[in-house]
Amino acid sequence: MAAVLTRNIIKKFGEVPAISGITLSVPDGEFMVLLGPSGCGKTTFLRIICGLERQTSGDLMIDGNLVNDIPPRARGVAMMFQSYGLYPHYTVRKNIAFPLRTQRVPGPQIEMKVEWASHLLGIGHLLDRRPRQLSGGERQRVALARALVREPTALLLDEPLSNLDAKLRASARQEIKQFQQRVGVTTIYVTHDQIEAMGMGDRIAVIDHGRVRQVGTPATIYDDPADQFVATFLGSPPMNLIARNGGYLGFRPENFLPKEMADDGNTTEFSFHVDRSEYLGSERIVYGRIKGIDGNQVITAKLPPAHVAAESIRPGEWCSFAVRNGALRYFDKDGQRTGRH
Amino acid sequence: MVAIAEPVAKPVSRFRFVLDRRDVLGAIFVAPAILYVLLLVGAPFLLAMYYAVSAYTIYDPSWRFVGMANFEQIVRNPVFLQTLGNTFLFTFGSQLLGLILGKFGAFLLMRPFPGRRLVRALIILPWAVPVALATVAWEWMFDSLYSVINWTMIAVGIITRSQAPNWLGNPHLAMLCVIVVNAWRFFPFAIVVFLAGITSVPQDVIDAATVDGAGFWRRNYQIILPMIFPIVAVGLIFGIVFTFTDLSIVFLLTNGGPVNATSVLGFEGFQVGILSGDVSHGAAISLFMLPVLLFVVIGRLRFIRGREI
Amino acid sequence: MRRVIANTVREVWFFGAVALFVALSAFPFYWMLITSLKTNSDLYSVTNIPFWFHDSPTLAHYRYLFEKTLFVRWLLNSLIIGVCVVVITLVAAVPAGYSLARMTGRNGEALGIGIFLTYLVPPTLLFLPLSRIVADLGLQNSMWSLVLVYPTFTIPFCTWLLMGFFKAMPPEIEEAAIVDGCSVFGAFIKMTIPLSLPAILTVVIFTFTLTLQEFVYALTFISSSAEKPITLGIATDLIRGDIFFWGEIMAGALLAGIPVAIAYNLFLDRFISGITGGAVK
Repeated sequence: MAAVLTRNIIKKFGEVPAISGITLSVPDGEFMVLLGPSGCGKTTFLRIICGLERQTSGDLMIDGNLVNDIPPRARGVAMMFQSYGLYPHYTVRKNIAFPLRTQRVPGPQIEMKVEWASHLLGIGHLLDRRPRQLSGGERQRVALARALVREPTALLLDEPLSNLDAKLRASARQEIKQFQQRVGVTTIYVTHDQIEAMGMGDRIAVIDHGRVRQVGTPATIYDDPADQFVATFLGSPPMNLIARNGGYLGFRPENFLPKEMADDGNTTEFSFHVDRSEYLGSERIVYGRIKGIDGNQVITAKLPPAHVAAESIRPGEWCSFAVRNGALRYFDKDGQRTGRH
Repeated sequence: MVAIAEPVAKPVSRFRFVLDRRDVLGAIFVAPAILYVLLLVGAPFLLAMYYAVSAYTIYDPSWRFVGMANFEQIVRNPVFLQTLGNTFLFTFGSQLLGLILGKFGAFLLMRPFPGRRLVRALIILPWAVPVALATVAWEWMFDSLYSVINWTMIAVGIITRSQAPNWLGNPHLAMLCVIVVNAWRFFPFAIVVFLAGITSVPQDVIDAATVDGAGFWRRNYQIILPMIFPIVAVGLIFGIVFTFTDLSIVFLLTNGGPVNATSVLGFEGFQVGILSGDVSHGAAISLFMLPVLLFVVIGRLRFIRGREI
Repeated sequence: MRRVIANTVREVWFFGAVALFVALSAFPFYWMLITSLKTNSDLYSVTNIPFWFHDSPTLAHYRYLFEKTLFVRWLLNSLIIGVCVVVITLVAAVPAGYSLARMTGRNGEALGIGIFLTYLVPPTLLFLPLSRIVADLGLQNSMWSLVLVYPTFTIPFCTWLLMGFFKAMPPEIEEAAIVDGCSVFGAFIKMTIPLSLPAILTVVIFTFTLTLQEFVYALTFISSSAEKPITLGIATDLIRGDIFFWGEIMAGALLAGIPVAIAYNLFLDRFISGITGGAVK
């Protein structure tokens, strides 16, 4: 039985559609990531699951119960906000205890649970501090402790890493994921950052303009994109798409290599004019154009740093590049994925 | 509410519980304020409009409808026309003076210097002290016999005792006094508003202007002032509205005199409607304030919206 | 060397201008102070230098004010009126400001502007019908008429101030409380109010000063000396026939005016950010 199940959720703000029919099922214990660009509706969807917004139509089931008309506190969900939403006028202990106090849980039981939650997150020594005295990482852990102390059916996180600087993000990512695996709570995580999504998700739902484009494991989504949007949203630099035979042909920059490197017999060749090359230390990005394709379209290639034919890649020259046929992806004129054409 | 320690089998506390319903709660929250305003501002407002077209006086509280008769009678009265003119002069003069003083004051206070806190506290005094109490001080300062202003002018030798002006007794001087006192009251507010505007201009814009070669005056007049125009406009709305409708300064300083030289709309409305008991004519006089108020408020608001940066 | 001179000249101009402004603002108050401390003979003389004492300063005017006039009674009146109006205003304006701040969409904006406009309706227009209403309620010449009428301007203004403040408060904390088990009302009481105490305090102070300052309604509704609030009393009641008791008037004006000025000073910044909150980006 799915922990969280939505059926054709539609949300309109006045006349403006924010969500146009999302049906999603999140099994118990899964780390599901909702990935999409700003404004695609992912945060609205999360808030609907939480109960802070009400859907215009559609059904929401949490742990088998229909919760359309139930306020957040009775749904069994817990949410972690972008800026953590810690209560500034309460100590950490009172912050964590709050969800239990509102449910009229008896005192001794509250204490027990607060101890458990703070121990789980390693913040036992911070219990008597106030949020403003904590570092960003500590605040995150307090927010998590508060979310978990009720042992919710689902844990909802709304871009919790976006306020951290890049260095902290990687370690925070690690902490959250490890933690979720240890506790096993069903988690729905919203982000616009594809690296976070790929690194953390058991499954990813790619959302654009209020619709789910594809749901699948990171590998599926990356290697087997269902349409053009998914194909170009994931991967950095994005997949190259060239018009061919009434549709589109796609290949990822890391698969677009000098002929010598790609040569395993079954390849498609292109004549590539190198415009510019960036050496990034761990890789080399080469920008250029393909002969026969629209002159304004920039094609990117991602090469490993040290490679045999390095001297042959010079700006202003024509080279022979190729892609393994197995790495080619075909899309029809509407952007949907098709077989070879 | 039921304690939730295990996953719920049956949902409790549905959204129908009113303290959960945002929309219902929202309405309940604004209700007292809206009720108060409707009953004690909206209703009286409509009542005032009706008085103006009726023949109501406190001696003869009749609700008889007389159409525009009151307005016609008022407009034909030369005292009223003078009152109307006075009100515009009073407002325009004091706001202009106040704005100019305010702008320069703000430039002075812009940059920190030792003692700025104290200076600011002192400069704010005219606006921070209640109108009536500050005006009373000026009443004493303009006294016909003991005016300190006159004493100073005599002592410095500008005039002799026989030439000493009777500030509040001379029609033209009285108007000047009333304008000056109102400007004096208003300019600290103008300073504060200007300062708020100036400090809200992002430093990078100012830096960019400096790098582009703009000197102090150009920076101020061509960059900063246009950018803070919306804020100043809001301050000006407040200033105009309160000045145009004010009666305290006139009442205390000159009582409308000498011979109506300083009578303004608010004061006249008070005189006719309250003191003389002729409610209908008083209301009609007061209603003349409305078109100007509406014009000012709407005009300014629209101007601000159009100039959104 | 030339630069040093130029800088010094500029400094002199600057401080000169500052001094001029300070003198312009503060002189009348200095005048008030001196007048209140001068003996009558010193005061009503055309030959003495008015800027300083000729006879030694005296507290006679202050004593007279407290002992022989209704000054204390007026003070008490204003206090009672102030407290009552503050309570009424808080009860109406805090929830209203909150509701309007959280209400998104055109309805919220329209109501907000409507409230703001109400504050601009002048007392010199409303005082006519209000005086009739007050008379019909039997409150004429009583200070309770002011308790009834003052919220008509304190409520709109404070609602607008609080609306700006609540809008700036991120809704996340309230939402977290709701997810953690509060009702919307519970979140308001447990989270919003404790966290907005500074703003509420500002509203209390401003409401109080607004009631102390008010003149027009007080003048219109109250004629008997004992019922007058402090500002009306000092400005109009310290006169016998044609004689103004200037010493006492100035003393009273100072005593009543300076605390209000001090309060304004302390809360000035917050007041301005409230007024220009919408315009300042």
